Parts: sequence; structure tokens; C-alpha cells
Amino acid sequence: MHSIVAKAQLSPNVTRLDVTAPRIAQIRKPGQFVIVRRGEDAERIPLTIADADAAAGTIALVIQSVGKSTQELVALKPGEAIADIAGPLGHPTELIASGRALCIGGGVGTAVVHPIAQGLKRCGVAVLSIIGGRSKEWVIFESELRQLGEVVVCTDDGSYGRHGFVTDAAKDALAAGGIDVVYAVGPVPMMRAVVNVTKPLGVRTIVSLNPVMVDGTGMCGGCRVGVGGQTLFACVDGPEFDGHLVDFDLLMDRLGTYRDFEQRALAACKDGTCKVGLK
Amino acid sequence: MPAPAKLSTKQRLQINRQKMTEQDPLVRNANFGEVNLGLPEKVALLEAERCLLCKDPKCITGCPVGVNIPRFVELLSQGNLPEAAQCLLNDNALPAVTGRVCPQETQCEIECIRGNKGLPVAIGYLERYVGDWARTHSDQQSLQVASPSGKKVAVVGSGPGGLTAAGELAKCGHDVTVFEALHKPGGVLVYGIPEFRLPKKIVQEEVGRLERSGVKIVCNTVIGRTYTVPELREQFDAVFIANGAGLPVFMNVPGENYKGVYSANEYLTRVNLMAAYQFPRSDTPVLQGQRIATVGGGNVAMDSARTAKRMGAESSMIIYRRTRKEMPARSEEIHHAEEEGLQFEFLVAPVEVVGNEKKWVTGLKCVRMQLGEPDASGRARPIIIPGSEFVVPCDVVVVAIGTRANPLLTATCPDLKLNKWGNIIVDDNCMTNLPGVFAGGDIVRGAATVILAMGDGKRAAKAMNEYLLSVQA
Repeated sequence: MHSIVAKAQLSPNVTRLDVTAPRIAQIRKPGQFVIVRRGEDAERIPLTIADADAAAGTIALVIQSVGKSTQELVALKPGEAIADIAGPLGHPTELIASGRALCIGGGVGTAVVHPIAQGLKRCGVAVLSIIGGRSKEWVIFESELRQLGEVVVCTDDGSYGRHGFVTDAAKDALAAGGIDVVYAVGPVPMMRAVVNVTKPLGVRTIVSLNPVMVDGTGMCGGCRVGVGGQTLFACVDGPEFDGHLVDFDLLMDRLGTYRDFEQRALAACKDGTCKVGLK
Repeated sequence: MPAPAKLSTKQRLQINRQKMTEQDPLVRNANFGEVNLGLPEKVALLEAERCLLCKDPKCITGCPVGVNIPRFVELLSQGNLPEAAQCLLNDNALPAVTGRVCPQETQCEIECIRGNKGLPVAIGYLERYVGDWARTHSDQQSLQVASPSGKKVAVVGSGPGGLTAAGELAKCGHDVTVFEALHKPGGVLVYGIPEFRLPKKIVQEEVGRLERSGVKIVCNTVIGRTYTVPELREQFDAVFIANGAGLPVFMNVPGENYKGVYSANEYLTRVNLMAAYQFPRSDTPVLQGQRIATVGGGNVAMDSARTAKRMGAESSMIIYRRTRKEMPARSEEIHHAEEEGLQFEFLVAPVEVVGNEKKWVTGLKCVRMQLGEPDASGRARPIIIPGSEFVVPCDVVVVAIGTRANPLLTATCPDLKLNKWGNIIVDDNCMTNLPGVFAGGDIVRGAATVILAMGDGKRAAKAMNEYLLSVQA
């Protein structure tokens, strides 16, 4: 069992849970994820390791509650526990050894960008982060990223930082020059938009993909993604890939596989037949 | 109870092979309850009397783990279940499992002398009977606990190979820890083989017996990620790698990434391990197709297609490129699948998955085949009949054409010698090129059977014990 030692609400639907997982905290690398199963009858969910404290033996999970499973996870309180956490899974981020990197995070994806920026900083790479949200209250991990380099915040409604999308800020940063690599994590349309900006400029762009997974070890093949015309498994071949080669249409499409089921599960919750809020 | 008088050979020959009671096919194809219901005690004892107690029993040679079949059958016929169970467990750590999933007809039973004239002794049924008695009467069995050897052994994977090796090594007094990547022990026995063929409770009970004998099982630990084999080797005196076959093979045809195409691994894992058949009571969903086409002819294909039927599919089809005769599945599974109303399309191979504008599967474009000369596997090679294309309408496709080695573990143990397919190379004692590191089961053989993995586990355990003793000396 993995105890929850701290819990924080980062935005209206994003929660941070710090949980005990000493081995994973000790060896995890930027870009890696864990598979989490809350308890009996729960789904296995892939979550990026947003941060870790090796000395305390804890890892940070940042969860956007969209469906029944994620709502149940974020309903857990400090002192309660998650039954199963397996990892660290996936290949670590391919970090550059020197130079300047642009890290772009959208919504909950900003939490995935954080460990990448941490890794880059450790390598001595200068990090510029561009992060965004719908409005001020949806921006997460700003202070953490400020400790690692310069940060530009964008909001769709202009309530905080720069008015507009992260891609607008990214265009300006790229036009200023000196960016050796871009790391972009966020909703699929955002990653696609970033790639559309960087591809003509020939700037290498790494994206982190979040397809549906079951085991996370290559066994099920549910996380099939298209990369450079090849079908790869995000769990063992990724989760990060060269954004210029990723088939975002396929990713977007496959992410919709269980949309009807998600609504049925939530509807069952409202009927009171599920366990949300019964703790 | 005093042993009854021994029957003569003539009397034994007069007993006909007993039948297994089964759930009615048209009832069971809508539930996940076990198909085979087991033998009543009287019937089991009568079937045991059919054994001629050969002086030179061939059945044992047909068993990959060398169960002393005539001995346990004789003890059973005498009604001496504690000793029959002990005898069976001495050779086989998971008898309630193998009694259900072994292809007995090509192993022990094919060697049975009674098969020369009539039907062989139903060894599988009897093994299941004694195995079930053992798991439900654990209080009547003495646990053999050897004196501690002081040696620590790691087993990678809690499938049939790993569990067998763990049991054997614990018997020798070694301190055994089994690492499992998933959240439940059992490997393919829990994620792959469906409840209706092997109830999960039975796997739990067999695992429980191993734990009582001192085996420690650690779940959620992915070797190759959480720890590497070299790291394990620092902590343990020997390592047995039995992490299974792993990655599913896809057909590599257009449309294969449409929504509604599953690997059999994914389909079965969702339904079995994650209990998707109970959705929304359980959280994991699975697409419930009305017409499901399963591609392949092995046990995994049968399991998938029969599962699909139970999930409520109006039509569940098996698409196989050879004929019924060449199907690698256990004959009982094919027979059961036919009884349950599955449709079989023989001599048919898929060439494309067809989808609608929203990229949901709507059909499987196939070609008809004819059989040519035997190929490397000895089976007739299927050849495409030109111009024979047709579309099988369906909304879910399950691909059950095999698996290949998962590189997760081996990629983080670069000194380990692999063949060109990524399978670990071992000697006759299941030892790899690395001292103290052994391997067996599907990661060595490619996709095979439960019992072959168990045979490897047993052979490896013996060799590991010898290795550990030699290191001590």
C-alpha cells in the first residue's frame, strides 16, 4: 500500500497527491510514469511522476479528474492509501547535454513538463518554460518551474500573464532564436499546434503521449501510437516521441475509444451505485 | 478406511471411460461459470480403477513435469486422498490448474496403453479431482518444510513457470521471492485464461499453498524497470527468469489501429484480470461488439472468442487460415467452442480491417486460402486463392496470432545472450550464459503452454539447487 502523505488542489480539476513509493522515488528519471490502481475493482491508470523526494521516499502524482476512476483517486485523503503503484515505466526523457531548451506545458501537461525541466537544469541546460491554462486558476506548477528557469505564463482569457495560447508565446521564443530543443506536453491539439510551429523551423520537438493503457509493460498493445509510419507501443517504446513524426489524428481518435463507457461510469456514480464520496 | 480388494486387469478393462459433467452449452455461453463441473467422488474412484497400473508406465514419459501418474491414480482408487494428493504435489506444484488446462490428449493420455483399444484413462480429470481435493483440504496435508539453506533466490514472474520453480526451490529450503509485474500473482493464469476454464479462486488457492510453504510474492514490481536482473543478482544467490512471452503480435494490415481492434492479450486482460464483464461495478471497460471476429487458431483464440460470446456478442467468429485439423488449440476447447455456437471460418486470412468514417471497425477483409506443402512447422502452408477477397462484417476484431519476447527485462541486462527473436538462450538445465541466472517458459520457448513452462520451472529449480549447493561447497 502507498500512503498519501500530502494532498493539494492545484487547479479546479487538478490535484496533487504525494504518495509513498520509496524505490520509485529513488530511481525514477524524467519522463517516466507509474501505473496506479486505487484498489479492488479499480482501473489501472498511467500517471507521470511529476516530482519525487528520494529522501522522504515519496513521488508526486498530478491527476486531472475527468472520469470516475480519477475522481475516486483524488477523493483519497492524506493517511489513506493507494493499493498498487508499479514503475517507474517507460523510457526516460532524452535530455540534451547543453544549450537551451523550451519546455511547453498545457493544463495538466505542465506537471509532466516539470520533471523534464528538472532534468535539463541538472544537465546545465538553460530552461525557458511556457505554460498555459484557460485562466489564472488553471495554471499549475508555475512556482516550481520558476526555480528551474524563466517562465512565461499564458491564459486563454488574459486573466493572468500573456493573453493567448502557449503556441503564440512559443512562436515568439523560437523567432528570438537559440532554442536547441522543444519539449511539449499537454492536450493533443496543443501538442499538434506546437509541432506545426516547430516543424517548419526544423527544431527538434519531443512530445509525451497519453494513450489508453492497461498493463504499461508492453503486454496488451492498447497504447498503439503511430510514429513515422510505424505502430509503436507508448508504454515501452515511449511515452515520449519525436513530435514531428507522431500521428496526432490517430492518438486523438483512439483516445475516444471508451468515451461512452466513461459517461456510463459517471452516470452510475450519480445513481449512487459507485463509491465516490462514500469514504 | 481399508483398501478395497484389487480388481483384476479383466475387471478394469470392463470399465468405460467416465464422462465429465459440463454446464449446458447454451446456458454456459452466457455466463462466466466453469464449463467443466468436475467428477463426483464415486465416478473419480471408478475412473481410477481403469488404470492398468502398467509395470512400465508410458504416461509418465508423456508428462512434461513427470507426474507419477499410476501411483497417484492407484492411491485415488483406494480412496486414499491425502496420500494421492501428496504424491501428485510432489511432482506438480499446481495440479488443480494443470488438471484443467493441460492438453492431456497429446501428453499423458496419448501414451496410455488403454488408448490402443478404446479410450485412455481420463488422467486430466483425475488430476483435477485430486488437485481440487488438495486445495480444499489444506488442513489435512503436512507442509514439507526443509531446513533453511541460507540461500536467497529471486524468481521473475508469477506465471506457471515461476510458481513451479518457486515451489520446488522452497522445498529445498531456499528463501524464495517471486516478483510479479501486475497487481495480482498468476501471470497468464489470471490475465489470460478465462474464469470459465480456470476460476481465479483456484489460482489464488494454489498461490496460497506456495506462500504457506514460505514463498514470498511481491507484486507491482517490473523487472527491467523497478529492478534490473544485475541488481537482483547482487541481492540474490540465483535468479530464475520466467517473465513470459509478452508483446502481442499484430497482423500488420491496414486499418489495424481502428477503434475496435484488440490484441487477445488486451481483450482477455480487460475481461479477466480487470473484470470488465462486471462494468460498471468494476471500472475497466471493454468494447461489447455484436459481431466479433477473432483471428487465430490456438487456445488464446478459443478463449477470446468464447469470452466474446459470453460478453453478449450475437456472433463470435474464429478466423483461421488453415483447417480444423491444423488448429493448435486443445481439442476439448475447440469442441466446447463449437458446442457454444461459435462460427468457424477455416482457410481464411485477413488482409485489411475495414472501418467507417469515424474509424470504428465495420468489417474484416479476408482472402480464402488453400493448403500447400508442409512448412517449417510441419503443417500445410496456406496459399492465397487469387480473387477470393470478401468482407466479414464485424464491429470488434481480436488478434490472437501469437506473442513475441518482451525486451523490457533483457534490454536492461545487456550481457544476457538472446536468439534473433529476443528469446533468452539457455542450456539443458535452463541456465543462461550468466552464472546463477536461469530462465524458462515462454521467454525461452516463445509462446507455448502452461505445462511446458512448468516443466522448465521444475528442471530449472533442480539445476539451481545443484548450482546453489556447488557455490556453497
